[in-house]
Amino acid sequence: MNPPLIEFQNVSKKFGETHVLKNANLSIYSGEIITIMGKSGVGKSVLLKHIIGLLEQDSGKILFKGKPVSEMKKADRKALKNKFSYMFQGTALFDSMTVFENIALPLRERTSLRSAEIKRKVREKMNHLDLYDIDDKFPSQLSGGMKKRVALARALVTEPEIVLFDEPTTGLDPIRKNAVHEMISEYQKKFGFTSVIVSHEIPDIFYISNRIAMIDEGRIIFQGTPEEIRKVSNPAVQQFILGIESRPDNLKGLTHEEQRFIEKRTRPQYDCTACSFILLTVNNPDEIKEKFGEESVRTALQNFVCKLRQYLRITDTCFRFGQDKFMVLLPNTDMDQARTACDRLAGNIKKKESAGNRSPKGFCLSLSVGIVAPQKDSSIEEMFTDMESGLTTLHEFNIWPELMDS
Amino acid sequence: MTEPFAVVTAPISALGRLTLFLILEMGRTAIFFFRSFVHIFSLPLQISKIVNQVYFIGMKSVFVICLTGGFTGMVLGLQGYYTLVKFGSTGFLGGAVALTLIRELGPVLTAIMVTGRAGSAIAAEIGIMRISEQIDALDTMDINPVRFLVSPKMASAFISFPLLTALFDVVGIIGGYLTGCVMLGISSGVYFARIESTVIMDDITEGFIKSLVFAAVVATICCYQGYYTHLRAEGFGAKGVSFSTTSAVVQSCVLIFVTDYVLTSILL
Repeated sequence: MNPPLIEFQNVSKKFGETHVLKNANLSIYSGEIITIMGKSGVGKSVLLKHIIGLLEQDSGKILFKGKPVSEMKKADRKALKNKFSYMFQGTALFDSMTVFENIALPLRERTSLRSAEIKRKVREKMNHLDLYDIDDKFPSQLSGGMKKRVALARALVTEPEIVLFDEPTTGLDPIRKNAVHEMISEYQKKFGFTSVIVSHEIPDIFYISNRIAMIDEGRIIFQGTPEEIRKVSNPAVQQFILGIESRPDNLKGLTHEEQRFIEKRTRPQYDCTACSFILLTVNNPDEIKEKFGEESVRTALQNFVCKLRQYLRITDTCFRFGQDKFMVLLPNTDMDQARTACDRLAGNIKKKESAGNRSPKGFCLSLSVGIVAPQKDSSIEEMFTDMESGLTTLHEFNIWPELMDS
Repeated sequence: MTEPFAVVTAPISALGRLTLFLILEMGRTAIFFFRSFVHIFSLPLQISKIVNQVYFIGMKSVFVICLTGGFTGMVLGLQGYYTLVKFGSTGFLGGAVALTLIRELGPVLTAIMVTGRAGSAIAAEIGIMRISEQIDALDTMDINPVRFLVSPKMASAFISFPLLTALFDVVGIIGGYLTGCVMLGISSGVYFARIESTVIMDDITEGFIKSLVFAAVVATICCYQGYYTHLRAEGFGAKGVSFSTTSAVVQSCVLIFVTDYVLTSILL
């Protein structure tokens, strides 16, 4: 692995008698999206403010490309600061300036661009974030969500190398929240900036993050990929992840939380009623990712799931595992009924197969669809392994899930 | 054994702490002033911001300055007449009113009125920007907050204060004329002739220097109090801003009188 872009080495910070950071160690790599999670008030924002130099650590070192920031010359620190952009939790918009002036400010003050060029850049960012006809409004005249988007536009208008997002989606509605997540992800790929996000949006944030860091009582207790965090046995991590209240995952059109899955799975067992699963596996995610990029896979799967849900009964529940597996839980359904349901589902999906011919890029999702009955009351991972091994593949086909119609 | 010793040393310790605190504050204020002052001239010049602030600090204070200047002059006319009539020298009223206003009351009262009207607003504005992280936002954008926020205010104070002082003086002299000549019957020719013969360029210069120094004092104290609102130990958030605004006005007024005395003793 490349050396870290930013590295925290035993960083500690005290406010009065309160230890906010205690020997925190964190590595941030170039070009990645890293999410810092943790309970409220454990020092996430403080950590973020140390990265940009708004706060100075009491002890320990913060390294940028291996060089301690505290030992840098003034000019180097200034040059470093120019690479950063920061989106504040409370937006920190200038309330005596209009929306346009707010977004244009860093360009006006830091660059020698002509006003027409500044206007074009500001307009471009505002359009990306659905900010129309509010140029002359003041922040106090905007809703909370709109303020967030204006702050986001201001953070991205200078096209920085490293962007720090302090809870960018708090207070946004699910649709806007997804738009912000997608925009972070899309822009990160487009401009290649490094993103450090402080967020609680589980599991949405997992889909756009390359790595997750978890902070608890001033220490980084976990650093790793979203897949790895699910397997961590640390009770503080598990409690945080599972403790997030279940809610629809609108980014994917799915309900994802394992807790809810377990509830749904165990209820038929208590009731002594039958229950079956339909498992859908995307066979070629890597191929699509390689050809069209990660964003295309995400959009394709999102569109596919929207269609999938239309073919399900109201009592059925759809879950997603990892990047390429979907599972439909069919309560009160034995294997024969499940087979019929699966045939009907496959039939409906297959109608899309013909649509594959109209794929403008010759691209199709290759899908395997099968059914399985739950074997035993085991952990979700064990159960999933059982299901995969005991899967009866009934159908395999290609579909074109309107990749371009996101 | 230690208790009686502590009783003796406690007041000394407190005095030491207070002295150190005052030295620290004075040092920080002085550094703050120099940083703000230097950035007035850093390129590109922030002309539009300075003009905006001249409008806010200067133009919007014109009415209140005219009002206070007028009544101050009228009172001086009455009081001066009452005193001079005892010596049979009411003819000197014009000179007395003009000198008092130009050398002393013009700069001082103008500075106090602007502190009350604009200084408190400046402290509150910057204080709110501090507590709502707007100053941190400037910092993260690599925009120097002192240059962006404080320097234009300081520059406009340097422009506005002498002009407002001159206005105060003129309106005050007219006020003195109203009471002295129109109401009490002193000859207007004598009144203005005495002003012309009594007031010399040094008086004008002294008033001008005082107004510049007061501009620096008021702008520095008010901006400083707002800028460091978050460091106040006695209150945070909105309460911190209210303390900052109060401190800005009180400290500015006290320092206006202190520096007035120092300047007068030097310039006389």
